[in-house]
Amino acid sequence: MAMNPKNFVQSATIAIEDITLQTALERGTSNADGRRRQVMAELDDPYALRMQGRHAKLRALHDLPDLLEQMERNVIANGGHVLWAADAAEARQHILNICRKHDLKRGVKSKSMVTEEIELLPALEAAGIRMVETDLGEYIVQLADDHPSHIVMPVMHRTKDEVRELFMEKIAMPYHEEASEMTAHARKTLREEFLNADFGMSGGNFMIAETGTVVIVTNEGNGRLSTGMPPVHIAVVGIEKIIPTWEDFATLIQLLPRSATGQRLTVYVNMFNGPARIDEPDGPQEFYLVLVDNGRSDVYASEYVEALACIRCGACLNACPVYQTVGGHSYGSVYSGPIGAIVTPAMWGKERASPLPFASSLCGACKEACPVEINIPDMLIALRRDLAKTQGPVWELGMKAWRFGNAHPLLFEMGGKFASKVTHAYMQSTGADKLDTLPPPLNGWTEHRDFPPFAEQSFHDWWRQNREDK
Amino acid sequence: MVDEILRPSPRHKPVSLFVTCIVDMVYPGTGVSVVEILEHLDIEVRFPMGQTCCGQPAFNSGFHDDARAVAKQFLTAFADAEVIVAPSGSCASMVRHYYPQLFKDDAEWYDRATWAASMTWEFTEYLVDGLGITDIGAKLPPMTVAFHHACHGLRLMGLKNQAQQLVENIDGVTVTELEGYDQCCGFGGLFSVKMPQISGAMLRDKIEHIKACDADMILTGDCSCMTQINGGLSRNQVEKHVTHIADLLARGLKHNDQ
Repeated sequence: MAMNPKNFVQSATIAIEDITLQTALERGTSNADGRRRQVMAELDDPYALRMQGRHAKLRALHDLPDLLEQMERNVIANGGHVLWAADAAEARQHILNICRKHDLKRGVKSKSMVTEEIELLPALEAAGIRMVETDLGEYIVQLADDHPSHIVMPVMHRTKDEVRELFMEKIAMPYHEEASEMTAHARKTLREEFLNADFGMSGGNFMIAETGTVVIVTNEGNGRLSTGMPPVHIAVVGIEKIIPTWEDFATLIQLLPRSATGQRLTVYVNMFNGPARIDEPDGPQEFYLVLVDNGRSDVYASEYVEALACIRCGACLNACPVYQTVGGHSYGSVYSGPIGAIVTPAMWGKERASPLPFASSLCGACKEACPVEINIPDMLIALRRDLAKTQGPVWELGMKAWRFGNAHPLLFEMGGKFASKVTHAYMQSTGADKLDTLPPPLNGWTEHRDFPPFAEQSFHDWWRQNREDK
Repeated sequence: MVDEILRPSPRHKPVSLFVTCIVDMVYPGTGVSVVEILEHLDIEVRFPMGQTCCGQPAFNSGFHDDARAVAKQFLTAFADAEVIVAPSGSCASMVRHYYPQLFKDDAEWYDRATWAASMTWEFTEYLVDGLGITDIGAKLPPMTVAFHHACHGLRLMGLKNQAQQLVENIDGVTVTELEGYDQCCGFGGLFSVKMPQISGAMLRDKIEHIKACDADMILTGDCSCMTQINGGLSRNQVEKHVTHIADLLARGLKHNDQ
């Protein structure tokens, strides 16, 4: 099914019945969530660190415009180039222009959500430029012509058996039983790509304004090879990734790996300060930083600004009982799960993603898991308020009737008595002690569960009889 | 949100019971349990007859004008209250956490909302944190229970140990742990009606955990979650049952009297 948040309910319904997907999701989310809880609990004061991280990000957002200009000055001073992209089209154009200027034909890329967001790969392909994803998960996604379903673990939705089949078909892998052998095969295939690439691309987990540094955290070493070997490095980063100082980085680097993969630190933390200097034998000759807005300024100017504090760790996805049930693809957006249900409508139009803010029981597990304590549930409620009218006349009128009944205590009591009579009459007709069918629009409830009858005597009446009259 | 430190103490004050709409209409017995427990502790209980619903169904669905209209009815009904106690973490959190937000642009009602928020307590929170009571002197035949800690109580109100302490102190009762006790049952108000497939799948997980749990009974502090879980248990012909904490405590007091 095409990536479209409007199809959420349809896609989710299919996902729930997909047993392979459910197996993969159950394993993926519970492992990641369990590991996160474990390593966060090791900290002396996890809450204090989370608050420190939260305020580092909030301070950065407060000074966002100034910090971005500081970043630009420092990147240029370090010998790099900075390009600003108001939207996805402009970002793609910048990258294509760079490719044309340096006659770049073969690229390697480390994992980046923002390049997914701006749909870069199809644009490169159309221009005759070969680009290979080198993060193992993204590589699998690319070979399968699929989309990532998780912002940190892009192939959480696939099982080992599916990947084996794919590798045997696409990259001539002989049958291997173990995941480690399959990985070794992919690794060998990818080595050729690194050696032959004329440019490398990355995203950025943090941009440190005071020195003009872009930081990426990875586990596979592909990030280092993608950015250090080819002569040109293009980093594409969303503007919200800026932080002021290394001290803030020291805080956030304790939180990101712990929250994302349950590691105390990732295997690699790469820091780019522009092109290789004269005295440095390795590194790219050219360094470009593409700063992507693509709706972020609109979020910045809205009441949903806190969503820009997200460090893309994916902890809220793993902790979310809805994500655990429906998987990332159901959301129809690059950004899925609880944070995706805010970012997607807030960046690209609420109406275009109207089902997403409603795809939550508001249980609050996301906020509890978030390393920077973004108040996701309250923002979902605010989005529902903005989208109230899209729910259709049945709900709008129903709510009006409900309001009228609940604003008038007498009507409230009469309504209760009426419901009691109706439910008891129905049960008498069926001979059951519960309701297995409710009328529309409430019939969704009884698809999966029974409903108890309304009481014969309300608490109001019990009080009248047992307390007031005494 | 209301500053927790500045909340007035609920000691030596009569309780105005907010029984909640679902208890009023579907589970009045739970309301009776709360009254019995409070009266057993020599606390005066009042019941403002003008009370209806807290407004959460409309608020969580985004119909905030409708929620405000119903919240005003609540604030009017409880205008004379000194302490408001509700047998629901979810409804109590609506008043505590969201009423001030709901009226932030209306000076007059904002004051009333923050005042009500500052004196509203969930039932177990009121006993344990408000009054310092962890043992109500209840006794029951030997049984093992486990908790489903409902989300709003757990995460918006910080409720977990309060109910656990009260129940652990019932003579005869042993508390065990339900796997995934902090995982949502899938209710989520109108979410369960609008996205029943997803809500139903979340409920399936909860039912599996309950089936695997060696407790005789599952306890929770919210009748709405209880309705969801019991509805699923009944549909799947599982013998186990979820009971409101207040009902078990009240049963323990009656057992004592015998």
